[in-house]
Amino acid sequence: MSGIPHDHYEPQSRLAKWLESRLPVIGLIHGTLMIPTPKNLNWMWIWGIVLAFCLALQIATGIVLVMHYTPHVDMAFASVEHIMRDVNGGHMIRYFHMNGASLFFVAVYAHIFRGLYYGSYKAPREVTWIIGMLIYLMMMGAGFMGYVLPWGQMSFHGTAVITGLFGAIPFVGESLQTWLLGASAVGQPALNRFFSLHYLLPFVIAGLVIVHIWAFHSTGNNNPTGVEVRRGSKAEVEKDTLPFWPYFVIKDLFALSVILTIFVAVVGFMPNYLGHPDNYIEANALVTPSHIVPEWYYLPFYAILRAFTSEVWVVMFAEWISFGIIDAKFFGVMAMFGAIAVMALAPWLDTSSVRSGRYRPMFKWWFALLVIDFIVLMWCGAMPAEEPYATIALIGATYWFAYFLVILPLLGVIEKPDTPPATIEDDFNAHYGASADTPAE
Amino acid sequence: MSHADEHEGSRRDFIYYATAGAGAVVTGAAVWPLVNQMNPSADVQALASIRVDVSAVAPGAQLTVLWQGKPVFVRYRTEAEIALASEQDADLATMPDQVARNSNIDNEAAPGTDANRTLPTPEGSDYPAGAWLVQMGVCTHLGCVPLGDGAGDYHGWFCPCHGSHYDVSGRIRKGPAPENLPIPVAEFVDATTIQLG
Repeated sequence: MSGIPHDHYEPQSRLAKWLESRLPVIGLIHGTLMIPTPKNLNWMWIWGIVLAFCLALQIATGIVLVMHYTPHVDMAFASVEHIMRDVNGGHMIRYFHMNGASLFFVAVYAHIFRGLYYGSYKAPREVTWIIGMLIYLMMMGAGFMGYVLPWGQMSFHGTAVITGLFGAIPFVGESLQTWLLGASAVGQPALNRFFSLHYLLPFVIAGLVIVHIWAFHSTGNNNPTGVEVRRGSKAEVEKDTLPFWPYFVIKDLFALSVILTIFVAVVGFMPNYLGHPDNYIEANALVTPSHIVPEWYYLPFYAILRAFTSEVWVVMFAEWISFGIIDAKFFGVMAMFGAIAVMALAPWLDTSSVRSGRYRPMFKWWFALLVIDFIVLMWCGAMPAEEPYATIALIGATYWFAYFLVILPLLGVIEKPDTPPATIEDDFNAHYGASADTPAE
Repeated sequence: MSHADEHEGSRRDFIYYATAGAGAVVTGAAVWPLVNQMNPSADVQALASIRVDVSAVAPGAQLTVLWQGKPVFVRYRTEAEIALASEQDADLATMPDQVARNSNIDNEAAPGTDANRTLPTPEGSDYPAGAWLVQMGVCTHLGCVPLGDGAGDYHGWFCPCHGSHYDVSGRIRKGPAPENLPIPVAEFVDATTIQLG
């Protein structure tokens, strides 16, 4: 499976030999678990396990919730209340599912920004990165459709807004929106199909996760230095790496247990902290909540969507040059999806010859600004659509695009990077001393 | 020999194309029903028209009714509002959307004057001209329900979702929404009843 030289599985018992010659499944699991992993991975390399846990948690709690939920406009809200009040332990299962979505996004953002800082997206890991972006898009879709199911006020009017995004596409938008909703407005057809797709998407994500893991098992993990594992011989590989099991599994499980302690505290003591009270009011088509806000994990992109109003000169220019086909509404929608698209294109926009941000003195600062920008946009997205938030959001959105489209390509040319260590072993020894050279086996 | 090869090659090519063509047609025929089932079903599509009794609506009040799953604003405007709306007609040249968006007018390019947007009052009624404004209560930006009763910078409607301001005639003046609030097919069927659709 891996391009890095390592020991292959040799079946010992007669039963194992019998099975392995017919279906080499133990060898596959062995190869996956024993993959040589750079031994200098830091704590930012734990999010993969957290994400895998979240996916399992959401699928397990989700399957149970569906046993009590009714996808009908007249009964959905009541059935969720039934889960909360009557089903044995139902309220905790739902709170785990609700907050599990938040943990999922905390982990995915940490995972993505880890990749952006240490250059994990760069050659030869572009395919891993692209698949990751697809998973992230599917997560956003699954999260949105799941939020619709309780059929509260935010569910209903959020659906109107989000499907309205597709309505903004010139010429085909309106029929596309009608097709998505199965009616001219949000109603039973939309609720029913969102329920179906919300159940489907996690399994599509699970499939993509396997491909994601397969891809980086072929290229090998990146690591904080961005220096590749030496592949000349098995002896060299063993100086740079340790097998994933047990070393990294134990480390990751420790990190997971710390994170879960916080998570369970949130679920137990403040389960509605990240939600909106409006969603405990049953959907009513006649009244829009005075302040529509998506869940926190969509806020940065929501802020970008709102930032480009018809008073912004780029929007006016786009409208003029396209003879009015691209209006402010469509421009906002393109900006929102474009913000994710430019991130997906990072492997080809970053021109630097050095992979890890640790050895890029100028990049570090621009990257720190990007993280701040992300948080500022999240804050703007939660605020009402008025000054000064509109201007701040516009500046934030501009920086987001500038980082990927201008700064990343330029830095590779003007920046003089530091010299990374020659090998992963050097980096490891610099931290832990050469005595750790031969790990106890 | 080469002649035979060519002959065989062209027959094989034909089979390739025929198979690929048949495969494409069959795939399309199989996928289309799966796509089309998501379009509005017959019961959803059944064109519903409803009648709204407006006898109890006082000047300055707004009735919001649900029609085809969407809210419709039926507003009985006061004399002051009618006057303000015709004052706002003066800004028409600078408005983002300058056409009436009125389904009751055949001409799609009809200018968005207040007179082109209000519902003609029934004959013999004592409503002042331009008293009734019937429009979809769906923001043309992303479909939220705007707040009424003089909300926003132009004393009409204000959409809280993304800050679109509509004037007393329901015309977009400021914010991300691209179009005026659309006027559905509507008419007075008697002195106190409006039919939608």
